[in-house]
Amino acid sequence: MKVVVCVKQIPDPADPGALDPETKTLRRNVKLILDESDSYGVEMALQLVDAAGEGSVHLVSMVPNDEVSGLRTALAMGADSATLISDEALAGSDALGTSRVLAAAIERTEPDLVLAATESSDGYTGVVPAQVAELLGLPSVTFAKEIAVEGSTATVRRQTEAGADLVECPLPAVVSVTAGVVEPRYPSFRGIMQAKNKPVDQLRIADLGIAAEQVGWAGAGQEITDVAEAPERAAGEVVVDEGDAHERIVAFLDELKVI
Amino acid sequence: MTLDKIWVFCEAGDDGVATITLEMLAKAREVAGTVEVFCGGDGAACAAELGDHGVTAVYATGDLDGRMKGVSVASAVAAAISGGSVAAPDAILLGTTYDGRDVAARLSVKLDVSVLSNVVDLRLDGDRLVGVEPVFGGTLNVTSRFTSSGPDIWLVRPKSFEPAAVGGSPAEVVDLPVPDLGSTGGAVVRDRFTEESEGPKLDEAAIVVSGGRGLGAAEAYSLIEGLAKQLGAAPGASRAIVDAGWVPYSYQVGQTGKVVKPTVYIACGISGATQHLVGMKGSKNIIAINKDSEAPIFAVADLGIVGDVHKVLPKLTEALEGR
Repeated sequence: MKVVVCVKQIPDPADPGALDPETKTLRRNVKLILDESDSYGVEMALQLVDAAGEGSVHLVSMVPNDEVSGLRTALAMGADSATLISDEALAGSDALGTSRVLAAAIERTEPDLVLAATESSDGYTGVVPAQVAELLGLPSVTFAKEIAVEGSTATVRRQTEAGADLVECPLPAVVSVTAGVVEPRYPSFRGIMQAKNKPVDQLRIADLGIAAEQVGWAGAGQEITDVAEAPERAAGEVVVDEGDAHERIVAFLDELKVI
Repeated sequence: MTLDKIWVFCEAGDDGVATITLEMLAKAREVAGTVEVFCGGDGAACAAELGDHGVTAVYATGDLDGRMKGVSVASAVAAAISGGSVAAPDAILLGTTYDGRDVAARLSVKLDVSVLSNVVDLRLDGDRLVGVEPVFGGTLNVTSRFTSSGPDIWLVRPKSFEPAAVGGSPAEVVDLPVPDLGSTGGAVVRDRFTEESEGPKLDEAAIVVSGGRGLGAAEAYSLIEGLAKQLGAAPGASRAIVDAGWVPYSYQVGQTGKVVKPTVYIACGISGATQHLVGMKGSKNIIAINKDSEAPIFAVADLGIVGDVHKVLPKLTEALEGR
């Protein structure tokens, strides 16, 4: 079984930097790391291949620079290989442009199953997995809590507003994995060493038959017109607990007439 | 200047049309002359309520027989537009929900137009909509618009607008046939499960009590549940403890997860990562309890308690007992 996992390398959310004043998008010329949201898809893929007793986990990622450190993290977890589409022309891509590039790269790998996070931690558009499925002409199940593969069928427990749906889906298919549903393994020292020598196939968009004007700023069907500071909440009262802070909370709730 | 026509993706459950749908309808009426909806399911059941909210027509697929809503509804809408059976709307609004995202994603590929996600406000700028999306934990508002030819596809965050009934006759129900889905239609729902939850729903409760990593261990979440029960509040959680597996995803408040705007939000042991702030900053009153006086949550709290949740919460719950 060949599982492809879409992963994104993003600026560290703990220190996301700033918006570029000219392009008004997140500066990505900083150190990029593996989006934590993607670690669940990688873990799920590794578990499915383990359960199947055979197969491989291949990563697909795109960046406007040559960054690979996030990919190395996922390879150190146990993924076997990666495709990195790295091209300056990708800067400024919208979700649809991103999906076109990922879909073209995934198609070449002929996967049985494509996994992705439900959304990235930085852009969080939340539409890329289903767009990729549509571009590949595949069925999709988003917000998976559990996945089991039996032969050429995946059974997915999907998060819903009311609870969960049990969905049966023929493979190949695209499934997005909800954060927190599996515990991503920490890369072992051996894994980290091995990851350095695992194959990372670096492509330009031209290798995928995609023209520069179809992606990036040029291909984006949207533009940012304004960035403004949001109105700040007024700073409130701060009380250091000396054993009686709960009384201040009760009084506050009383003032609000909610108790 | 208003738009000619907006379509809103209608979601509904046993208790009628979903709140997110009614919220979007209120905004749609403000900016467009005609407001119609499309839904994956039975249109007749919602026609009266939708009409009351200003909708003139509901395009409905009828029962999907277990087929996935995203691909079915998107295919039906794309077929109706490209087949010329209905005039394309200027804009399509969908909620940032499980199915809303699926429909928007599939539709964007089929119509070859972009999607703008997570908008919390929409307004007219000339003859086209612009949308506002909060970034960096809601400290910055980014305004965007489409440059491609329409229809514009917007994914709208819940709680962005106030629903308002305007009184109107029931919406006309129009059949929206689902075309053959081919290879994209293989996924089928075999069973549906409802998670039983006590007390008010997270996104509807007047009071929300949320716990975070500061609780220290999964067992300590009982402190949150105890206080929530005492207050008639909904229990919530930060992404950190959902990812750690302490509570299910449905408890999560934040960028990923639910947006809440209760009268009172009580954040317990939550540092206030940008991911969390986006989901609760709109609360009318915020109380934060955290050991770290430097925690970012205090910057948005009306009442901040620098203290240990393990000490403060039991006393607070006890003090509220019998009131």
